[in-house]
Amino acid sequence: MQVSMNINGEPVTADIEARKLLVHFIREDAGLRGTHWGCDTSNCGTCTVWVDGEAVKSCTVLAAQADGHEVRTVEGLEGADGLDPVQQGFIECHGLQCGFCTPGMLMTARWFLDRNPSPTKDEIREAISGQICRCTGYKNIVDAIHWAAEHPRTNEVTA
Amino acid sequence: MTAVEEVPLSPAGNPIGFGNMKRVEDQRFVRGQGNYVDDVSLPGMVHGAILRSPFAHARINGIDTSRAEQLPGVLAVITGKVLEGIPRPDLLGDNFAWMPTLSYDTQAVLATDKVRFQGQEVAFVIATDRYIAKDALELIDVDYEPLEPVMDAKRAMEPGAPIIRDDKGQQDNSITDVHGHKDWESGNAIGTAEAIAAAQADPDCVVVTQEVMYPRVHPAPMETCGSVAFLDKVTGQLTLYTTSQAPHAHRTVYAMVAGLPEHKIRVISPDIGGGFGNKVGIYPGYVLSIVGSIVTGKPVKWMEDRNENLTSTSFARDYHMTGTIAATKEGKILAVDVDVLADHGAFNGVAQPTNYPAGFFHIFSGSYDYPNAHCKVTPVYTNKAPGGVAYACSFRITEAVYLIERLVDCLAAELGMDPAELRLKNLLRPEQFPYTSPTGWVYDSGQYENTMRLALEMADYDQLRREQAEKRARGEYMGIGLSFFTEGVGAGPRKDMDILGLGMADGIELRVHPTGKAVLRLSVQSQGQAHETTYAQIVAHELGIPPEDIEVVHGDTDQTPFGLGTYGSRSTPVSGAAAAVVSRKVKDKARQIAAAALECSPDDLEWQLGQWHVKGDPERAKTIQEIALLSHGSLELPDGVEGHLEATTVYNPPNLTYPYGCYVCVVDVDPGTGQVKVRRFIAVDDCGTRINPMVVEGQVHGGIADGIGMALMELIAFDEDGNCLGGSFMDYLLPTSMECPDYELGETVTPSPHHPIGAKGVGESATVGSPPAVVNAVIDAISPFGVRHADMPLTPANVWRAIQGRPVRVDMAVE
Ligand code: FES
Ligand code: FES
Repeated sequence: MQVSMNINGEPVTADIEARKLLVHFIREDAGLRGTHWGCDTSNCGTCTVWVDGEAVKSCTVLAAQADGHEVRTVEGLEGADGLDPVQQGFIECHGLQCGFCTPGMLMTARWFLDRNPSPTKDEIREAISGQICRCTGYKNIVDAIHWAAEHPRTNEVTA
Repeated sequence: MTAVEEVPLSPAGNPIGFGNMKRVEDQRFVRGQGNYVDDVSLPGMVHGAILRSPFAHARINGIDTSRAEQLPGVLAVITGKVLEGIPRPDLLGDNFAWMPTLSYDTQAVLATDKVRFQGQEVAFVIATDRYIAKDALELIDVDYEPLEPVMDAKRAMEPGAPIIRDDKGQQDNSITDVHGHKDWESGNAIGTAEAIAAAQADPDCVVVTQEVMYPRVHPAPMETCGSVAFLDKVTGQLTLYTTSQAPHAHRTVYAMVAGLPEHKIRVISPDIGGGFGNKVGIYPGYVLSIVGSIVTGKPVKWMEDRNENLTSTSFARDYHMTGTIAATKEGKILAVDVDVLADHGAFNGVAQPTNYPAGFFHIFSGSYDYPNAHCKVTPVYTNKAPGGVAYACSFRITEAVYLIERLVDCLAAELGMDPAELRLKNLLRPEQFPYTSPTGWVYDSGQYENTMRLALEMADYDQLRREQAEKRARGEYMGIGLSFFTEGVGAGPRKDMDILGLGMADGIELRVHPTGKAVLRLSVQSQGQAHETTYAQIVAHELGIPPEDIEVVHGDTDQTPFGLGTYGSRSTPVSGAAAAVVSRKVKDKARQIAAAALECSPDDLEWQLGQWHVKGDPERAKTIQEIALLSHGSLELPDGVEGHLEATTVYNPPNLTYPYGCYVCVVDVDPGTGQVKVRRFIAVDDCGTRINPMVVEGQVHGGIADGIGMALMELIAFDEDGNCLGGSFMDYLLPTSMECPDYELGETVTPSPHHPIGAKGVGESATVGSPPAVVNAVIDAISPFGVRHADMPLTPANVWRAIQGRPVRVDMAVE
């Protein structure tokens, strides 16, 4: 079947099997390899992207379900004014090691901060509780998202 | 006590030397621009999928692949019979159906005669698309004749137990190492037995025996294992992109397994999404992707799904240990004796130095001063997945530290003594280093008491004990757990340590370009350890070249010198040392060139970070960048000094390094539900010099989370029929942000005397040190119920059963 969606502002159309997962569509048909896959059971969250502004696990959505919708992935986070504060926060606070969980963490973090711009650390912990990181033990990820909350984009010096 | 002196900053603001520096790797990872194996896409690439056994033990009477072969899109279906038909021109086996393991055993690439664990590889399908490849698996008909599975290591040893490795003509399920030993012993058997017997007879002494199981767990990195293989038939070149922690060692083994000439094999480990030991071994899937490319002539990608990762690749632990500790009633430890039944699964696939078949388990005498220790490890085959050394275990020091730290707590309970006091009484003293342990290790340096006192102070230990007493009086159960660990890492001296005959020394190459920028080529592979950042810092520290001017190349056998890879916390102790040594070689050469340029003797020069200058005249100087240009220019060089500024070295460590630490864990336990909440975790690590403290702390954080996971949640159990009960993240529970506290870290710095920069390595310290701290805390919390020990994982159900006095075996689903 033919499926079309808008990913990070670019239209993408492909002829695919109806059973194809959105994560595979993003990675293989749209060629955006930043979104990762990590489990069979919707537990790890490394595949998290946005569909119409909502954070979803793209391994649990059929590409066909996203037909005609807006998708945003980690590649769409950086703006003309530079990195998104969550990306910068992960660098500042050493919020990543192998980097495999990072794209999903970043997409959840941005989604969450858009709804709760000044969260407590406990709220951040809850927000990322559906995502697994095997490297960092989470503390620095929590700190990174907190850093991003304290450095919102409007305050950034733009180049 | 700080690790980092004031260091000059580069124009980009990075330390020219050791100190916190943002990771260069992050720039690509936060943009989603990492390049992991599944991101590799080659022209014409096709996809492989593995059919796996649903049975733990069954005879294969036949495999019919005809329906699968007819599915449109399927290019080939490979079975063990097909592999048997491909002769293998080497000494390690007859054909492709079997491959050598890293411990001189054999492992089936695809099962021919029998399947020996659930999830074992039975057939390999190659198709144009990953979905079609999986569809085809459903169309393969295998005629299995189920056999009795052996799921319990104790059952495996019983007379009459089914023989698992009949392929080798075995008469029982014992495992024999390359030296012909069935039991792996270390230490002083007679002296230890006598000391324990004497203590038993002495009214002023106590002897405590405790059975302790370290159940089977899995490293479960976020990225599963996989590979993309392409054998170019015209050039004969095999290119393998693979999830490998040891690309050079893998290349050599592929040369042996596939009979391919080694110079025609290029192994590329691109970005690796976590390893933790899971990516040390060579799995049938990697070999099958190579075979698939040979058969189809196309690049073949194989990526595991999570179930395959958890059920078939390297597990960890599965050690059934019985420890006996003897001490005086004042708490002076006299002797420890240990008996281990080691479950190795169906093939002995452990990855560890040849002369150390039980890894470094015999470091179990720990951080304490006593003369007599002995252990005997008896390995057995069972119908479980192979592997055995994985999950940041420091070659089984995880098991050793867990055992001794549990025994010390059991002893404290027996003596009615505070576990902190008991440890302080027995810790090795600074003047005892270098210290030769009762099982022969030579610990390099340590100031154990300092480290422990800092941890107790950070925890406010006495106040915690007061709080605990008050809470107990109110019927609330909080626990305080301690652990003190010593690891021996950085394998290893080549006269003692090799893997499959490959000595564990690491090569390295440093080249300074004419403009003073440099490239450092490493043999070790990062799986998140930030080598691109920290190795540049080592060179910067030695030569004064800003770290941003140093490119670190790794993970490609065509571009890097030979070395054994990243595991067992060996990168910093071995390759980190190599980086310092090769920089010093460049510095020495730079001195000759500077002397020629300044028209003086090299002896008249002195080094000041980044330049050689005439002694007493800092104005007459040549910077390392100027020297780099001169070395490539027309300056006349003295006899024996070649042009250009580069060096190579192979670093052979004279000894292991011995990082250590003291951890304190505080938990609250709900006795009604058995729920454990880790409230605080204090970790003081001494890993010698810290190259990048931020990176060190990050690794400690990750290791503590591992420890919390293993102590409380993670388990690969089996039922009696051989079904793996931990095959997905629904069943194999990993810690999330909700189970992990805000860690409190401290440090002491006792440099390694024999490492060029004094660093000891830290990658596995916290994974080794944290499980006993968590378990000791939980047992401490529920000790008022008369509990002295309960096996991991301390899930609510297991804690509740322990409180009820009805513990069950956690590794088997039998009641
Ligand atoms: S891949 Fe694990 S939740 Fe989507
Ligand atoms: S950084 Fe490796 S899994 Fe999170």
